Amino acid sequence: MSEFSHLDELEAEAIYIIREVAAECEKPVMLYSIGKDSSVMLHLAMKAFYPEKPPFPFLHVNTTWKFREMIEFRDRTAEKLGIEMLEYINQDGVDQGINPFDHGSAYTDIMKTQALKQALNKYGFTAAFGGGRRDEEKSRAKERIFSFRNAAHAWDPKNQRPEMWKLYNTKINKGESIRVFPISNWTEKDIWQYIKRENIDIVPLYFAKERPVVERDGNLIMVDDDRFPLRDGEVPEVKSVRFRTLGCYPLTGGIESTADTLDEIIEETLSSVSSERTSRVIDNEAAGSMERRKREGYF
Amino acid sequence: MKGLLKFITCGSVDDGKSTLIGHILYDSKLLYADQEKALELDSRVGSRNGKIDYSLLLDGLMAEREQGITIDVAYRYFTTDNRSFIVADTPGHEEYTRNMAVGASFADLAVILVDASQGVLVQTRRHARICRLMGIRYFVFAVNKMDLVGYSEERFNEIRSQITELAQELSLENVQIIPLSATEGDNVTVKSDNIRWYDGPPLLEYLEKVDIASDDGEKGFYMPVQRVCRPDHTFRGFQGQIEAGSISVGDGIVTLPSNERASVKGILMTDKAVQTAYKGQPVTISLDREVDVSRGCVLIKDAEIAVYKRLKASLLWMDDEPLAVGKDYLVKLGTKTIPGILAGIDYAVDVNTGEHIKTDTLSKNGIAVCDILLTEAIAADTFSSHKTLGELILIDRVTNMTSACGVVDSVSEKSDSSAEKASFKYGELTARGDIFEEFYYDTSSLNVLKYQPVKSTYTVGDEIPTSGESYKYPDSFDIIVLRDGVSVKVRGRKIAEILPTAEYSYSGVPVINGRGFEVKAGSDEDVQRFLNEYSETSESSQSAFFEKWVRFDTYRKVVVKSDKK
Repeated sequence: MSEFSHLDELEAEAIYIIREVAAECEKPVMLYSIGKDSSVMLHLAMKAFYPEKPPFPFLHVNTTWKFREMIEFRDRTAEKLGIEMLEYINQDGVDQGINPFDHGSAYTDIMKTQALKQALNKYGFTAAFGGGRRDEEKSRAKERIFSFRNAAHAWDPKNQRPEMWKLYNTKINKGESIRVFPISNWTEKDIWQYIKRENIDIVPLYFAKERPVVERDGNLIMVDDDRFPLRDGEVPEVKSVRFRTLGCYPLTGGIESTADTLDEIIEETLSSVSSERTSRVIDNEAAGSMERRKREGYF
Repeated sequence: MKGLLKFITCGSVDDGKSTLIGHILYDSKLLYADQEKALELDSRVGSRNGKIDYSLLLDGLMAEREQGITIDVAYRYFTTDNRSFIVADTPGHEEYTRNMAVGASFADLAVILVDASQGVLVQTRRHARICRLMGIRYFVFAVNKMDLVGYSEERFNEIRSQITELAQELSLENVQIIPLSATEGDNVTVKSDNIRWYDGPPLLEYLEKVDIASDDGEKGFYMPVQRVCRPDHTFRGFQGQIEAGSISVGDGIVTLPSNERASVKGILMTDKAVQTAYKGQPVTISLDREVDVSRGCVLIKDAEIAVYKRLKASLLWMDDEPLAVGKDYLVKLGTKTIPGILAGIDYAVDVNTGEHIKTDTLSKNGIAVCDILLTEAIAADTFSSHKTLGELILIDRVTNMTSACGVVDSVSEKSDSSAEKASFKYGELTARGDIFEEFYYDTSSLNVLKYQPVKSTYTVGDEIPTSGESYKYPDSFDIIVLRDGVSVKVRGRKIAEILPTAEYSYSGVPVINGRGFEVKAGSDEDVQRFLNEYSETSESSQSAFFEKWVRFDTYRKVVVKSDKK
C-alpha cells in the first residue's frame, strides 16, 4: 500500500465528483472566480480528465470591478491551458452605473447574483461547479456537495436531497440546475498546502508586495485604478500588503504582510486569529446573511 | 500523527450533540477570534441566559436558530496536535432522520449521545441501527448531562447496561462508553474532576487515539468505470477510482458485465503514468485490446464479483411518498444507473425492537428488507464483501427525489448462467414462463408496470394459482413457452404434464404462451403453423408475429393501482 495522505484523499474525492458531473449532467460549466480556490478546482479538473481536456467550458462572472491583475491572470491561464473561458458581464448593471461605492449590497446582488443567473440561463447550463468550501461560513457548512436550485435558482436549505456515500443523484427536471462543490471538504490550510504540493499558479495579489492602499473602516483597500473615489483627506499610502481572498477590489481588504513566498503565507495563515472571510466587506453583516443571499441565487 | 478521522455525532433531540462539538472546538482553541466573537454575540441574543451557547457554532441555518434545533448535517473541520478531524453534526428529530443517515454514510465512527437523565431512547436505538446499517464499525456512546444527575455513578451504570444490551442486539463492535457533560466540559477535552470514578479517557483523547483499521476485508481489485476517456483515436482509457486492491501494468483483468479478458497496458494516476496504483486513487486504465466497456461497467482482478438482476437489500426509506411495491425506480449502484422494480418487501424492521414485521408498504424513516429486480444484469455484490458495489440509492422517476438508500444483503440469479429461476420444472425440463406476472397501471408514474411476484417452481402434480389481480386462466389449459421449447399441460388447476414442445400436440383446451397471452390456435395444424412461424421470425418481424398470433386481453387485464395504498 502506498502512502495516501489527507490531501490525496481530498484530491480523489474532488476528482470523483468532477468526473461524475461530466459523465451524468447534460450541460455542465465550471465557475472560475480567479481566486485560489478556483485555481485549485481548475487544476483538479485538468487532472481529472487527462489526457483529455475538461469536457466543459469555464465561466467567469465579471463585475467589472475585479483587480486588474486578476483579469490578466485569467486570460493568461486560459491561454496556457487551452481551455474555453467564457466571460459574462451584466450589461444592464453597467449601463445603470451600478458600482460598489454607491450601491452597497444592491451592487453584489446585481453584478454578482443576477449576473450569474443571467449567464446560466443564457447558456442553459444544467450544472455549475463552484469552489465553495464548508469551512468558510456556517450556511455553507450545511450545504450538500450536489446542491439543487429550482428554476429561479433558489436554494431550499430545509429540504435538501439526501446524499449517500458517493452515490450522487444528478437527476433534475427542466429548468432546474445543480451547483456542485467538489472542494466542499477542504479547509483553507488544505488549499494552501495543495497549491504548494502541486505547484499551482495563483494570482500574484496573494503575495505581499508594495501596493497603494487607503484605510477605510478598518480595511486596507487597494486603489487599483482611477475609478476609486478618494474621500476628503484620503491619500493612498504605499504599504506592503497581500490579500487572503480576492474579489472586487473596492470590497476586498488586504492585510499588512511581508509574506512573499508560499511557505510564509502558509505560516501566516496557520497562526492567524481571523477567519478568511473577515477580509470580505460584505460578510460582516448579520448572522444568516450568506444563507439569505444563497437562497436568492448567490453561489 | 494518525490519519484523518471522519465521525458523526447523533442521538435523540436535545441530547446536546451540537453543544458537544461546539465545546470541543471552543476548548481546543480551534476557533478563529472573529468566530469566537460572533459566538459570544449570538449567545447574548439567544435564549440561554447569556451563557455561551456552543450549539450556535453548528446550527448555521436561520430556521435552526429560530427553532433552536438542528435540521441538517453540519460539517466541521478541525485539527489537534495528534489528528485531523471532519465531524458531521446530525439532527436528532425523527423528522430529519434521513439527514442523519447522510452523515452516517460518510463517517468511520459514530458518537451517539445519550441524555443521562433520560437513558436510551427510541431515537438512540434508531440512530445506532442506521449507523450500523450504513457500515460504521466504531461507536462511542457519550452519556451526556452527567451534571444533571449529580455525576451519579449508579445512574451511569444503569445506562451503561442499557447500552451494552443495545450493542449486543445490533452486534456492534468497538464500543466505548464515556460519561460527560457537554455544557460543563466534563470529560470533553480534559478529564473531569467531578467524575473521578471513571478511569477511561475523555472524549477528545479517545478520538485522537482510536485506530480505525484500514483492512476492511475486501478481496481483489475492482474499479467501477466513471467514464471513457477518448481524447483522439489513438487513446482509450477507463477512468474511475480504485475501490479495493491494487493494479499494475501487465496485470490481467476481467470486464463486467461483458466478461472479457484483457491486460493492463498503461495506468495514469491523474496526470502521471505509474506502474502500480492502489485503493482510493483516481486512475485512467488503458487495455491491450478493444473491450465492450462503458460507464457503469466494472473492471476486476482476483475479485469474485459477478452480474445479477435481482438484489435483496436493506433499505432506509427517505421519501415523503411511501414505498410502492411494483413501482419502478432508478437504481444507482456504483457508477451504474438503471431502472428497476421494487418487487416486494420481505419484512420491515421495527427500529426500536428489531422485530421483523410483515408489511406491503414502508413510509419515511422506515427500514425494510426488499427485493429489487433490475431491468438488466449489473455488477453487484453484498455490502460486506465489496462495499461500493453493495451500496445503492433509489431515485423516484417522476420527482427525482432520492427515495431510499440501502445496502445489498444478498445477490441471486447470477445471470451469466442460464438459470433464471424456473416457473416449471420436471426432470431435465425447465420453463421460465411469466404467466403469474401482474400488470399494473401506476397512477403516479403514469406507466404500465409489470410486477413479478416472488417466483415459485411448480412441477407435475402441483396446483397452480390460476387467478391473480390482473389474470384469470381457465381451470384447464396448455402453456407453450416458446423461448425454452417446453410445454405445460394444466388440468383442473393442477400440472398434468411437462413436455418438450416438439412432442406437444393440441388437445382441445385453450393455449397460452409463456406470458399468459392467448394463442389464437384452434387445432393442431394451427399450433404447428404457430411454431413454424415463430422459428422463422427475426427481431424485426417479431411484433408482426405476435400481432398475428396472440391476444393479451383474453385472460389478462391491466389493473389501476395507486401507490398511495
